[in-house]
Amino acid sequence: MSFSAAEGADSGGLRGSRAVVEEELRTARRRRFLKAIQIGVGVAFLLFWQLASGPLIDPFFASSPLEVAAKLVTWVERGILLRNLGITLYAMLAGFVIGSLMGFVVGFLFGRYESLSAIFDPYITAFYSLPKIALAPLFIMWFGIGIESKIAMSAIIVFFLVFLNTYSGVRDVSAVHINAARIMGASELQLLRIVIAPSAAAWVLAGLKVSVPYALIGAVVGEFMSANRGIGFLIAEASAQFDTGGVFAGLMVLAVVGIILSEIIKRIERRILRWRL
Amino acid sequence: MAIEVRGVSKHFVRNQREVVAIEDLSLTIERGEFVALVGPSGCGKSTLLNMIAGILDCTGGTIVHDGQQVKGVNRQVGYMTQAESLLPWRTAEQNVWLPLEIRGAPRAQRADRAAALLEMVNLKGFGGHFPNELSGGMRKRVALAQVLAYEPETLLMDEPFGALDAQLKMVMQEELLKIWERTRKTVVFVTHDLAEAIALADRVVVFTGRPGRIKLIEQIDLPRPRDVFRVRFHPRFQDIYERLWQSLEAEIRLGESL
Repeated sequence: MSFSAAEGADSGGLRGSRAVVEEELRTARRRRFLKAIQIGVGVAFLLFWQLASGPLIDPFFASSPLEVAAKLVTWVERGILLRNLGITLYAMLAGFVIGSLMGFVVGFLFGRYESLSAIFDPYITAFYSLPKIALAPLFIMWFGIGIESKIAMSAIIVFFLVFLNTYSGVRDVSAVHINAARIMGASELQLLRIVIAPSAAAWVLAGLKVSVPYALIGAVVGEFMSANRGIGFLIAEASAQFDTGGVFAGLMVLAVVGIILSEIIKRIERRILRWRL
Repeated sequence: MAIEVRGVSKHFVRNQREVVAIEDLSLTIERGEFVALVGPSGCGKSTLLNMIAGILDCTGGTIVHDGQQVKGVNRQVGYMTQAESLLPWRTAEQNVWLPLEIRGAPRAQRADRAAALLEMVNLKGFGGHFPNELSGGMRKRVALAQVLAYEPETLLMDEPFGALDAQLKMVMQEELLKIWERTRKTVVFVTHDLAEAIALADRVVVFTGRPGRIKLIEQIDLPRPRDVFRVRFHPRFQDIYERLWQSLEAEIRLGESL
């Protein structure tokens, strides 16, 4: 009994001593300080942009924060933002889901069955080294200028990222863990559920995380090429009219979407990979 | 008897050459007996354990466990190795009940059993911790509880405490002895630590270098229950150690000169 008590001491026995409290206060203060600087940098940038636009830089090319904000307000008021953002998000999410499902299944099969990867390896490599953006014209031919070509664009980019990560993840499963489960009598299916899937989860999630911005890229690039809706279309249209404020407004929307999406994935990751700490 | 090894041999092919790991080995282990296998590295003691567990096939001979010939993975044994085999994404209790989950035991029963086992290895209250939140010694305790989860008749242990420091190792040895005295499982314990073998076992089997054969079997007549911390100072312990070491030393030196 006494041994487990001694081993457990550092996980709670000393909480509350003066040095510990002071240390915690110090780290909290430091964190607040860094946060303040973080916000300060953003504010300073916007201020500089606003003040420099005009006296220092030609507002025609640089626009200004107030102009961009005004543009965003009109987009919101006229319902332009919501409609186009909805289209882009839909294309992106559909591409993300399709691409990651396919990437997961294929990556899993390749990781688990050596012969599959031996046969297809050069083809996959060839396809992988292709710049996926170059496929956009093909997809427009196949799927038209509607949302389908944007979904395909987004899906193909996501597919490779998730595929490669899943493949590595499945290959990375420790032989010790596999053997241990086998000795306990696990069937192939149980092995998959109990050992392989959770072990590969970290890799798959890493793949999903980097995929999010790429899914957005896929959708937006598709919209640049040819579309009549979507944030990519708004940006392209604003640019054609030399409306710099509109271009920046579109970019701003994409940046915010990107931040929100990666924050969501980060939360999910933290939940699933709780054991890694 | 619990385990009967009859004329077993094992040949491997390594680098296109045939390696004889074990040659015509016979050994009978009684039910409830604690047997330690010692020998120079590569003498096939782990290989023998793997064959009893059914992970490896015998090239020749047969192994009978509990009246049944071992063919394919032997689910009647609990196997504990030096490697960290706990699944890091499962909490301690989830790891302990893993063998029960694989066998399809109902959820409530698993949880009860895991709680009881964790208490047995002095880890009450740590069920919700993940392996990387536990110390090395605590992880070994969890692994021990896991092996005991489905009440196997036989425990196979391959240098289970090899990676622990000297003090912790003794603590774990004591714990294992206590559990063994309570449950009277058959234990086959592979180690390269002669003192560990003598302190724990009823019989110590010394293997020759490759190909592995049995060189000497020594009955350890130290009184039980044993105190692993003090048994080392028992005069009988010194005698036995002396004799076994002489037998083992020759094999180790032979291996070195190759």
